[in-house]
Parts: sequence; C-alpha cells; structure tokens
Amino acid sequence: QTVEHGFPHQPSALGYSPFLRLMAIGTRSGAIKLYGAPGVEFMGLHEENNTVMQIHFIPDQCQLVTLLDDNSLHLWSLKQHGGASELREEHRFTLKGPPGSPPSATQITAVLPHSSREVLYLGTESGNIFVVELPSFRVLEDRAIPSEAVLQRVPEDNCNRRSCELVEALREHPKNPDQILIGYSRGLIVLWDLQNNKATHHFLGSQQLENLYWQRDGSKFISCHYDGSYTQWPVSSDNRQPEPLENTVPYGPFPCKAISKIYWQTTKNGLPYIIFQGGMPRASYGDRHSISVIHGSQQTAFDFTSRVIDFFIIFSSEPTAEFDDPSAMVVLAEEELVVIDLKTAGWPAVHPPYLASLHCSAITCSHHVSNIPLKLWERIISAGSKQNIHYSSMPWPIDGGTNIAPDPPQRDLLLTGHEDGTVRFWDASGVCLHLLYKLSTVRVFLTDADPNDNMNTLGEDEWPPLRKVGTFDPYSDDPRLGIQKIYLCKYSGYLAVAGTAGQVLVMELNDEDAEHVVDHAEADLLQDQEGYRWKGHEKLKTRDGPVRFEAGFQPFVLVQCQPPAVVTSLALHSEWRLVAFGTSHGFGLFDHQQKRLVFVKCTLHPSDQLALEGPLSRVKSLKKSLRQSFRRIRRSRVSSRKRRGGGGNASEVQEANAKFDQDTLQEMELAPVQRKIEARSAEDSFTGFVRTLYFADTFLRDSSRHCPSLWAGTNGGTVYAFCLRVPPAERRMDEPVRAEQAKEIQLMHRAPVVGILVLDGRSTPLPEPLEVAHDLSKSPDMQGSHQLLVVSEEQFKVFTLPKVSSKLKLKLTALEGCRVRKVTVANFGSCKTDDYSENDLAVLTNLGDIQIISLPFLKLQIRYPCIRKEDVSGIASCVFTKYGQGFYLISPSEFERFSLSTKWLVEPRCIVDMPEVTSNNHVHNKSGVENAAKKS
Amino acid sequence: EFRRFSLERSKPGKFEEFYGLLQHVHKIPNVDVLVGYTDIHGDLLPINNDDNYHKAVSTANPLLRIFIQRKEDADYSAFGTDTLPRKKKVLSNVLRPDGQRKKPPLVISLPQDFRPVSSIIDVDILPESHRRVRLYKYGTDKPLGFYIRDGSSVRVTPHGLEKVPGIFISRLVPGGLAQSTGLLAVNDEVLEVNGIEVSGKSLDQVTDMMIANSRNLIITVRPANQRNNVVRNSRTSGSSGQSTESSLPSSTPNILGNLLQGEEESDEEDMIIEDSGEPQQIPKAAPSSESIESLSQIELLHEATQNGFLPAPEVSLNHSAGSSSMECEGPDPGRKALEEDGTVITL
Repeated sequence: QTVEHGFPHQPSALGYSPFLRLMAIGTRSGAIKLYGAPGVEFMGLHEENNTVMQIHFIPDQCQLVTLLDDNSLHLWSLKQHGGASELREEHRFTLKGPPGSPPSATQITAVLPHSSREVLYLGTESGNIFVVELPSFRVLEDRAIPSEAVLQRVPEDNCNRRSCELVEALREHPKNPDQILIGYSRGLIVLWDLQNNKATHHFLGSQQLENLYWQRDGSKFISCHYDGSYTQWPVSSDNRQPEPLENTVPYGPFPCKAISKIYWQTTKNGLPYIIFQGGMPRASYGDRHSISVIHGSQQTAFDFTSRVIDFFIIFSSEPTAEFDDPSAMVVLAEEELVVIDLKTAGWPAVHPPYLASLHCSAITCSHHVSNIPLKLWERIISAGSKQNIHYSSMPWPIDGGTNIAPDPPQRDLLLTGHEDGTVRFWDASGVCLHLLYKLSTVRVFLTDADPNDNMNTLGEDEWPPLRKVGTFDPYSDDPRLGIQKIYLCKYSGYLAVAGTAGQVLVMELNDEDAEHVVDHAEADLLQDQEGYRWKGHEKLKTRDGPVRFEAGFQPFVLVQCQPPAVVTSLALHSEWRLVAFGTSHGFGLFDHQQKRLVFVKCTLHPSDQLALEGPLSRVKSLKKSLRQSFRRIRRSRVSSRKRRGGGGNASEVQEANAKFDQDTLQEMELAPVQRKIEARSAEDSFTGFVRTLYFADTFLRDSSRHCPSLWAGTNGGTVYAFCLRVPPAERRMDEPVRAEQAKEIQLMHRAPVVGILVLDGRSTPLPEPLEVAHDLSKSPDMQGSHQLLVVSEEQFKVFTLPKVSSKLKLKLTALEGCRVRKVTVANFGSCKTDDYSENDLAVLTNLGDIQIISLPFLKLQIRYPCIRKEDVSGIASCVFTKYGQGFYLISPSEFERFSLSTKWLVEPRCIVDMPEVTSNNHVHNKSGVENAAKKS
Repeated sequence: EFRRFSLERSKPGKFEEFYGLLQHVHKIPNVDVLVGYTDIHGDLLPINNDDNYHKAVSTANPLLRIFIQRKEDADYSAFGTDTLPRKKKVLSNVLRPDGQRKKPPLVISLPQDFRPVSSIIDVDILPESHRRVRLYKYGTDKPLGFYIRDGSSVRVTPHGLEKVPGIFISRLVPGGLAQSTGLLAVNDEVLEVNGIEVSGKSLDQVTDMMIANSRNLIITVRPANQRNNVVRNSRTSGSSGQSTESSLPSSTPNILGNLLQGEEESDEEDMIIEDSGEPQQIPKAAPSSESIESLSQIELLHEATQNGFLPAPEVSLNHSAGSSSMECEGPDPGRKALEEDGTVITL
C-alpha cells in the first residue's frame, strides 16, 4: 500500500497552520491526514481508532495536538528522516482529575495552544481550565484557572454555580499573549490575565455561547450564540464590564439555528468580512448545511450538500500586516472539501488538486489505462478545461511543504463509472488523484429529471441568499443510467461504456462541440428462446433527433441489449472496429464501423428463470425516495461508528456495545450459519451470465492460418470461441464482418470463467489492439504454437491451440480454499536494468490476498495479504494496472493504491522545513511566518 | 431340480465354460440364469466372472453348493452380505420365492454394472477415531446433500485442554449422497478436505474447497458417534461385512479398479465442441502411452455404446475422441494416461 486517493471517509475534525500552510483532517476512525502543496501529504493513525474531535497546530512549530473522543490528547510532529518528512506520534496524555471527581471534571471541550509554544490551555466541561506543559504534557497545577477564581468578581445576579459550566471557547489576545478570552456555554465571557492570574474584564452575554473570535487589533471581539445571533464586544481599559456594541440575528426574526463558529476579518477598504457557520431560520431552512459570508452589502449563504464539519479562513498571517485581507475559505463538509475564493468577485470555488470526492455519485466500476499517449492526454485535458471555466483561477492556497517525489514516469488514467451515468477521468499518474474530465451519458437518454432543473437558479431576491456549492450529489434519479463497464482504447480514442439497463455506447473523442444523431441498434440476446418474460426494468428511452454534445467523448452509436439486463462484460477492438458485450442472457458483437450487429449468442439455460426476471425486478416498484434512503443507509459504514459526545457515557456505551456483541454471539450459537455443499450443475442459476469477453488474433481452426476471434466465458464454466472474418481496410465498409462459432469448451468444474488470454509462440500474452501499429509492442509470435489460458474462479488452465488439449493447470480453490476475484496480466520490470521484464498474472482472491502467478507455467511466485476478506466492496472494486499497481476502494470515497512492482511506486515523498527558532519570544517568532509566507 | 457333478479343483477353467456346463446339465441351453453359491459364512454370493468362480471353487469343502435361478424371476435380495443369523433363511428364500413378502423385490444389477458412490479409505494410516470418506459424485444424479457449519471442539494441547474452532456437518439432505452412504453424520467434525487440513480456514473457505472438489470429494471426519469406527485387524479379511467398508479391497476385480481410476480423473476432463460438432473430451497435451488393460477397457466400452450417445447425462463414449487421443500418444511408458484421459464423455 502506497497512498490513499480521494476524500477521507467520515471526517470529524479540521485544523490549519497558517505558519506551515498545512491543513489537517481527522476522521472518525482515528486517522489524521495532513495536506499542503499538491503532492505534500502525510498520514497518521491513532492506535485507539477513536474519533478525532479536534486538531490544533502548535503555533510556529511542526507539531500538532489531536483530541480524541476518549478524551486523550496526542502530540504529533513532522520530523525529517532520510531526506523526507514523516509524521509521528510523540506523546499521548489523558487529563486526570482528583480522585473521586466526576469524568466531566476533566472532559476537554476547548484546547488553546498558547503562542509561547510551551503550554496548552484545556477548557473542560466542569468549567475549570487546566494547563499542561508541552511537549511533556505535564500538568502545571499552579497555572490552572479554576472556575471559582473566575466567579469572584462577577456581579451577583450573574453569579451562580452554573454560569461557569463548560468552557466553550478559549482565544488568545492577538496582540497580548498574556491575555486569554474564556467563553462559558451559559454566555459568560471573561478576559483573563495570565500574569496576574485574574479576570480583567467580564462580558455578560445572555445567550448560550457557541464560539468567539478576536478582531485583529484586539480592540473588539465577536461572540456567536445558540439562538442564531452574534454580538460584538468592545475591549478597553476604561470599562471592565462593557455592554455589547451590536447584537444581530442575521437570519431573523423567526427562530434560527445556532451559529457554531464565526470569523471577523478586517480589510483595507474598511468593510469587514463576517463569516459564520449555521444561523439559518430553524423552520424553513433548518436542514441546510450553510456557511454565510457577509461583506458590506454582499451576502451569500454557501449551501453544502453534506454536513459541515469545520472551516477556516486563509488570511494574511503576517503580524506586521494591518488587516486580515482574507483570501480563501476552506470548508470541510462530511463528503467533500470546498474552497471558496474570497478575492475574486462572485466568490467562485477553487478546484482542489486533491481530496477529490470520488463518490460524488456512487462509484459503480473502474478502469485503468497505463501510459497514455501525450496526444490523447492533452485532448482529454482540453475537453476537461472547458468544463471547469466556472472555477476560480486562484492558485491553490494551501501550499505548504515541498513535493520531492520524482515526476511520475508515465501518464496514467483511472476511469470511474458512476451511478448517475457519468464517467470521470482521473489523472492517476502521481500522488494526487486529480479530476481531468467528466463524461455524462445522460444526454443520450430521456430521463425523468429535467436537465434544466438546476438548484442554483434561485431568484435574486431569495432570502436567505443560498448558493449551492460542491459536487457531492449521491442521489441518482434513475439507477438504470449506472455505468457498469468501461473500455478505452488509448491509441484510437475510442471509448465504450455499458450500463445497468443493457445500454452499450461507443464514443469517439471530438475536440469541438457537436450536434448529431446517435445511431441506435437493438441486440435481442434471447433470439428464438421462447416462453420468457423479462420482469426487470425497462430499457432507457432514447432522445429522438440530434443531440448536442460538448467537446470530449461523444457517443455515435448505442447498442441496446434486449432484455435490458445489466451489461456484465465488454470488449472493444479498435483496429477491427468491433465491440462485444455480454449480459446474463448472452453476448453479441457489433460492428461500429458499419453500425451493424454481427451476431448474438444466447447463453441462457432454458431453466434459468432467475436470470430472466432480472435482479432489479423488485427494486422497480419502490418509490424514488425509498431508494434514496436506502442509498443513504448504504453509504454509512457499519464499522467504526462512534457516538459523538461526552465521555461520561462513553464507558456506558462501550458496555452496552459489549453486551450487544455478546448477545449476538449467543444468538449465532443458537442458529449457526450453515453452508450447503453441492456440486455445480448446468441447471444452476445465472450459468449463462457472460463474465468475460476477449478478442484475439490466433489459430482457432488450424495451425497454418490465424484469424481474428472472439472469446466469451460464462458463469457456468463455458468458453465460446467465434472465428471472425473482418474485411481488409480498403473494403471495410463494403463487406460485412462475419462470425462463426468454432469452439465451445465446457469446464467440468463449472466455475465462473473470469479471464481468457491467448499466449503467442513465445508464451507472451497477445498485444492490445493497435499496440503493435504504434510501435509500442513487439509483433506477436505467429510461428510457434499459441496457447489458451482460461482462468475460472477455481482453476487456471492452459490449453493448446488450435487443437484444444489441456496442457497445464493450477487448482487454486481445491488447494487453498480461495477463489479468483480479479485477474490480469501484469508486466514486471526490473528496477535495476531496463532490459528485463516479465509478464505474470496478478490475481486477487476472495480472501483479499494478491498472488502473482508465473506465465506460462502457472507457478505461484508470491502472495501478499492486501484487503481484509470481510471488505467485500473493497475486493469487488479492485483494478490492476498493466505494470503491477492497483487500486481498491477503502471507503465509498477513497481509493487505496498499492504496488506489487519495485519499479513502479507512487507514494508521497515531501519535506516540510522546520522554522528557524531563535528565541522563545513570541513576536520574534513571527518572523518565521514571514519567511514561510515568502517561500510559499 | 438338483444336480450333482464334479469339477477338477485345480483346473476349474473359465466362468464361461462353467456357465455352459450348467446350462448343459440342466438342459436349459437358451435360458439366462443367475448363478450363486453359499460361502463359508452361509452368504449367498454370485458367480458371474472368472474371479468369483475361482474363489467359489476354492471354498468347496469338498462340496460346493450352487444355486441357479432363472434371470427373469430371480430373487436378488437373497444375494449379499447377510451374515450368519440369516444363514438358514437363504435356502428357504431361494426355494420359496413366493413367500409372504411385503416389499416388491429390488432389482439389483450385477457387480460390473455397479458404480461406487462412497468408500472409507486409508483406514490403515488414520487414527481409529478418524474416518476418511470418499464421495463419488461423478456419474450419479444424487446431490451431495449436506451442510457444514462453524463450531468448536476440545483438543489436547501442550497447555491442556483447549476449545478450538472447527467445521462440522450440520445437516444431511434426505436422499442425498452423503446421507445414503451412511458414512457421514450430523455433528461429525470435518478435519480435512482432499488431504488438506481445514484448521485455520473459515467456513466459506472450506465450503469453496469442498465445492471445488465436489466431483471427487474426500473428507476426513471425526465422527460424532465413535462407536461405529472401523476396527483394524480384528476380523478375518474374508469377512464380507468388512469389505464393504474398506477401500478398494485388493480382491476387487481388475476391471473395476481401472474404471474407478478412470472416474477419479475424468472429473478433470473438460469438454469441447468443435465447429458445432459433437462434444468431445479434451485430451491431455502431454504425450503418454496406454497399458494393455486400458486398451481392453476401451474396446469393452466401445461395444457397450455402439448405438451412439445416451441422452441422459451418463457415461458414454465417443469413437473419434478415442482414436484421436490415441494418435497423440507418445513415448512415455508407465503412465496409465489413456484410461485417465479416457474416452468417457459426460454431457
């Protein structure tokens, strides 16, 4: 495993260091991830796997402190080692109260790393503030701020025991490090003098407090409240108990939700930015996840599609600067990262170079293409850039650290198919998985959803001024649009995609917008089979007449399988201009040059009613909303689900969980899981399900003449081979492509065929179409005899060709009890010398192991555990690259990348420079910030 | 009718000759008969080939009692493994076939028509508390018919008794192969599948292994009921009671042994249909030669299926496949490749 791509699953905390210009994200499973300039990323995992509640960088240090939901504090630091920086956990600490005190006495609610870098102030549920030394986490009892001390000078009527309960916020004075502002949840705010150990000012808020923020010069601060209001307070030496300057409920007058965090940013032109999270009218917009930005008369409520975890503002952090001059707002929502450019008019979003939300619509399949020719690469980027015009041109504002990894050796594309009918093209060459281009197949079809129904088209006078931002939109209007199979030919630019409702689209790359009619053909895979009735979903309705397509991949032909069952396999031969597709009923071959169906073959067993009815038949009747709620449930991961909230009942929860586990265990013992032991038979369901399709130019009939051929493997262990006659190029349009069945092999063990491969006379796998024509591969050896490799879920078998006789086999399942889930040919090069490489099979089993099996002798070379065997979706999502790397989903939103090859390793390697620390003086240290700012 | 005649004990001749002699002395030249004899335990055993004929002659003491029944109204149930307690009934059953019987007579084929469905094997190398059972799914329409589950068993370890997870048979399907053999039972602990230990493997892994081996499944169990274990070396080898539970007894006729081997391996053989022709078994590419026995077996099978394919999924034979596989035979003596690759075809 080398690097994780995508967006962290279940983020729970956000931190930012203006000094390092690094951002940190914590997750519910106890991971923290640091991001800086593209390519600069670090990852750490807390041993406890507990939710990360808060992340605080130590000012002017390469250190950060995390607070977990078990009330433990962890100190992490970035240290250079072997020429690159590494993130390591240095210390851990759990605050302990005096014996007999309730857990709430030490339950940490607010953390303030002091600018002296020597101490942490820890606000607790009890209202007491503890002080611990860094980096040792030694408790400094003499410097603690007990709530009793705070209450001493508070006026009588505000003075009761409860007014000092729960510290909500701790903020250091921006100019005077000896003063800190303490906000209690009941509304009381106190300015505390650390030198004299006493409160200098009292601010008597009447509303329940949520958060505090200092104005840059320290003359005012702002507080935000549970009732959706915010209040400005003056701080001066003449009034020790001032009245608020201004109290506003921005979305009043009706009851509003809490404003949980607020920023007050000054600008040169005098108008401040007030930026706050929440505060929406409770009744009508209470379900919105919003952050509002107010700047003079401009006001926008950015509306996020998922819960806002936290946000921060990037502003001028130089202490000498007079104003904040905010440049960008970074928002961590539950499902995506959104960055808003505050300098450009209209506050456009910035396109993030990493942390892409892979799951903005659920991923349904993936396809990897290695070593993309530069020409195609540029054309895809150009098509993608036309889609990104609404993004800000601002350079990425989080740019700390230096990426020192070597440039990726080649251009790799990862294509993901999504439930909403889109295909996303990702730059998978390096550490940052970056979206290049998004293709939508929806335009070909008529769907219920009106394409003009845009959430952004709210009128000018709408109040609140909501604006939808972000790309996360998991709700597909029509699951039939889902993409199931993708095949891209990197030489010709032909792309075939196939979907849930039996649709197969062939596309070609066009650099311009175009309007044209998509040719339409039907492939009746049942042919003369009678007495069947498809009870599954209907096929998608197509749009009549010409359709306008934007620049990029534009479909020119649609082959509709009948019945419209999900397409289970797809192959494209760009040289022969043929596309083959298979479903649970059979397979077909389509000539996309002449736009003619060449043949179809029904593989359905007459007794297989289940395959006929269609697996989606029951879903059809469900209402859309129901479907959506199912999808919502599916998205929430079962594991690592932790309760947010006080640690007081954490132990109770654990106890309850343990009891529950025990109960379920007992239940399991009462009714044990059993497995039926039965040999596979021809009458089993879904034996006709076409699992794999393969084009090969080989010796199918006799050993003197080779010819194009199409191979298909089914779930029932049958392999079909068709001999094809493709007219020569000059008569390609005049003569039809012909096909004739030449062979049918029935594997006696009847396990599903998951891979078919032909090896040439040198036992090398046949090259991809057009690979030889582009001088990227040696011509296959047509002198020696070819061999056929059939991979089933249980066995690997090599047969001779053209006369099929069995030569070799490897019985994987019988020996090890594991089954083949994914198999591909991988080329392994030597990292020492360029002139040695070999082809092997990379195999992923249902136990999550990866095995390398040699070709052509089928000897197991090595085995690695890779994916947990319980992680079925991870195993199902795995794709191998051609050069021994691979990707699999570790959550709906994240790909883990792994490499089996020493030659091809993509992993982050970066440096974060330690600031020069000359003295402990606070102001002095700020020069380090300048340096960092200049550097970046 | 009774006849008494003498044979040269040292030169009994062939069964065919003996059969002819019987027809001759009874003056029934064109009547098909079943021939049986009583062995030393009083069991009625068939005489239908050279081997059991010679065996029968060798047991004559000095009298050999032979029973002849007309094939069409023979009482097959009289044959078999009835031991001493039923000794006296044998004669009466044969002599009075129309006696008060509730069940209609079961038609049992002759031994060469039998197909083994199960056996206990490796009795000599396994601990007595274990049983290694082979289920011959091949060639039978019966489902294997059993289920397995997770469970735990107690083991003796260096740390004393420990509870360890194990895999157990949880259910037998009535009428399935597993149940009909009587060799497996609910709560038997599965220790090995085709020679591979299951300890440390999950239920799903063991399921997959069993299914992958389903055509020739060998499972080693620790029977829940330890009272029916095979007891080694405690009885005379001639006991027919034991022979049914022992694996491939050495006295098994040669042809049967070959057939068994052919079946064991033929589960491996995939089928191919070339150019929409007829299905053939895929031969092995590695050259090998055949032995005399296997050749004779092929001829015998040829005769049996002169009239072409059987429609049912049963053992059959294809002429061209047989000849083609012979063509590619090469010099690799000692390997009984042919009867393994065979010409047996399963549709």
